[in-house]
Amino acid sequence: MFRLWSTIIKDLRILTRDKVGLTLMFLMPVVLTIVITSVQNGTFEMVNNNKVAIILDNRDADTSASASRELVKTIEDAGMFTIAERGPYKNEQEVRDQMYKKEILVAVVIPPTYSRDVMARAQSVARKALKDISGENNTASGEGDSLAPLQLLYHPTLQLSFRRSIEGALGSVLQVVQSKYIVKSLYKAINEENIPDSVESQIVGQQTEIIPVAVSRDGNRGNPNATQHNIPAWTVFAMFFIVISLGSSIVREKRSGSFLRLRTLPTHFGVAMVSKQITYILITLLQAVVIFGLGIFLFPHIGLPALILPGDITALVLVTLLCGWCATSFAICVGVYANTQEQANGFGAVSIVLLAAIGGLLVPSFAMPEGFRYIMKLSPLHWCMEAYYGLFLEGGKLGDILMNIIPLLVITLAFQVVAWWGLKRKRLV
Amino acid sequence: MDAAIQISGLSFRYQAQEPVLDQLDLTIEAGERFGLFGPNGAGKTTLMGLMTGLLPYKTGSVKLLGYELRGRDRKINSLFGLVPQDFSFYPELSTEENLQFFGAWAGLNKKEIKEKTNELLSVLSLEKVRTKAVGKFSGGMKRRVNLAIAVMHEPRVLFLDEPTVGVDVQTRHAIIHYLKQLNQHGTTLIYTSHQLHEAEDLCTRVAMIDEGKIIINDTLTNLLHQHKQDGLEGLFLELTGRAYRS
Repeated sequence: MFRLWSTIIKDLRILTRDKVGLTLMFLMPVVLTIVITSVQNGTFEMVNNNKVAIILDNRDADTSASASRELVKTIEDAGMFTIAERGPYKNEQEVRDQMYKKEILVAVVIPPTYSRDVMARAQSVARKALKDISGENNTASGEGDSLAPLQLLYHPTLQLSFRRSIEGALGSVLQVVQSKYIVKSLYKAINEENIPDSVESQIVGQQTEIIPVAVSRDGNRGNPNATQHNIPAWTVFAMFFIVISLGSSIVREKRSGSFLRLRTLPTHFGVAMVSKQITYILITLLQAVVIFGLGIFLFPHIGLPALILPGDITALVLVTLLCGWCATSFAICVGVYANTQEQANGFGAVSIVLLAAIGGLLVPSFAMPEGFRYIMKLSPLHWCMEAYYGLFLEGGKLGDILMNIIPLLVITLAFQVVAWWGLKRKRLV
Repeated sequence: MDAAIQISGLSFRYQAQEPVLDQLDLTIEAGERFGLFGPNGAGKTTLMGLMTGLLPYKTGSVKLLGYELRGRDRKINSLFGLVPQDFSFYPELSTEENLQFFGAWAGLNKKEIKEKTNELLSVLSLEKVRTKAVGKFSGGMKRRVNLAIAVMHEPRVLFLDEPTVGVDVQTRHAIIHYLKQLNQHGTTLIYTSHQLHEAEDLCTRVAMIDEGKIIINDTLTNLLHQHKQDGLEGLFLELTGRAYRS
């Protein structure tokens, strides 16, 4: 035990004197977490809370323009959009220029015939309906069936999924306006008087309410935010980034001859490897504490959502320990097989970015191509993230994330075996 | 009393290469100051590796103080110390921290480590730099630290591979003087170097190895007398020739 303790002390001393290594292990993930969470928080807020700013160019040439005014009002009331600029503009080019000038991503152009088309269509539909009711042959022409299209201009950087949701929202708004006019026309055709507002709002206004509910395991979680996503993700990334420090530390010891001397001493070389694992698992725990602390205490002061810790703290500690062990095992593997520090640093850094990418840390796993969904299961970072997300986003308990912990454990043990085999091959054990 | 080293019929080759050592026999008695010399590529380093258990062997036998090294118990490692040619310590740690760590690995307890550290820092004039990082030391000081680590556990056999390379005359004298003191207290010294004048001062018995075989093995006095040479360098050139080696 004294030998192991002395080795841990030695490793900690070397580590604390490596200022660059410490900076890489602590400062870099802290900066990454703050910057990326801030950037993503804007997107989350735009999707979850904020309204989309749009330019609205109403070119309706109808004298009353009642349908287009109704449309504009419905767009404003829909809750998703805020009209930043209203025109009128001379032509489409002027709308485009305005989008770039004001940095607005979306513009809606209402065609000149909008009100006329909507009303014509409403009357046409009403006529057809009445003929159906009275049993007359429906020989009405297609007059009033075609509507001039509403134009949606968007900035090319706008993500497809976000554009689709805007299209969907506008489609609903258009449907509401058209339905109103059809109901008005029908009512007038049947009752020969205008529809009272109360009846109109009863027919058109009352829709089945949608209640969004985030399905968390503990039932307490609200909408996921950038903090809940980013803190676990970048904690895992930081843990695996110890490969730079640990991998090159092993190469340095191999090349300096320290390992050679250790082999001539009566203590088993395994003690050196156990010490490295304990030391660096402690470092990964400290990284997690620092980054979680950042989320809990600093984020609310810089305008970011505070991190909410999972209810099952035991599971959180266990997952953090396992992630740290896996990261340490990977780093030892790299250190054992690399012949130079350049190899360890280069391969270590690139492999972590690749494992993070295929593991779903940079791109959400559901957005990956089919083939990558199988490959990502080979990335330890994927299982670390899944386990953390199970706790942080789904509010799960240890039992709920067992199926993420088991593969993580298997990968860790595989790294251990591969590292041990490498040590044997290089006659270090 | 068992010989410090007893080698018989030892052959060794690296993978897919010509044999480096071929049916080698060598005995080094306990308490000797033994010098092993030979041109570059003769097999000195390989033989040192085999005698310290760093290289595995299949043919022949190597015994250290009576213990066979093949499939050895790690406890045998406490019987010998190694001063490698390369600096084998942690440059980020201080002298004291290096000695504490390697002392623990050599199996010493806290009290023994403290006593031995103080003794060695004093004997090898390292007291002033006991808390300084070794990486910033001069070549001579690093050599002394390299030596101090190897003798922390008072080994009965000490292997020295070029222990004074790159040091000034004062440091060389101090190291040789300390090695003689160790030998007087019973430590067997097995030394290899290209510093032949230094070897004449230190070694009582000398062997020369060339092309994987021991070509001479006798006391220094006998060898110089038999070959009518007044120094090791002349003897070395006579036996191994003047042509370049690898």
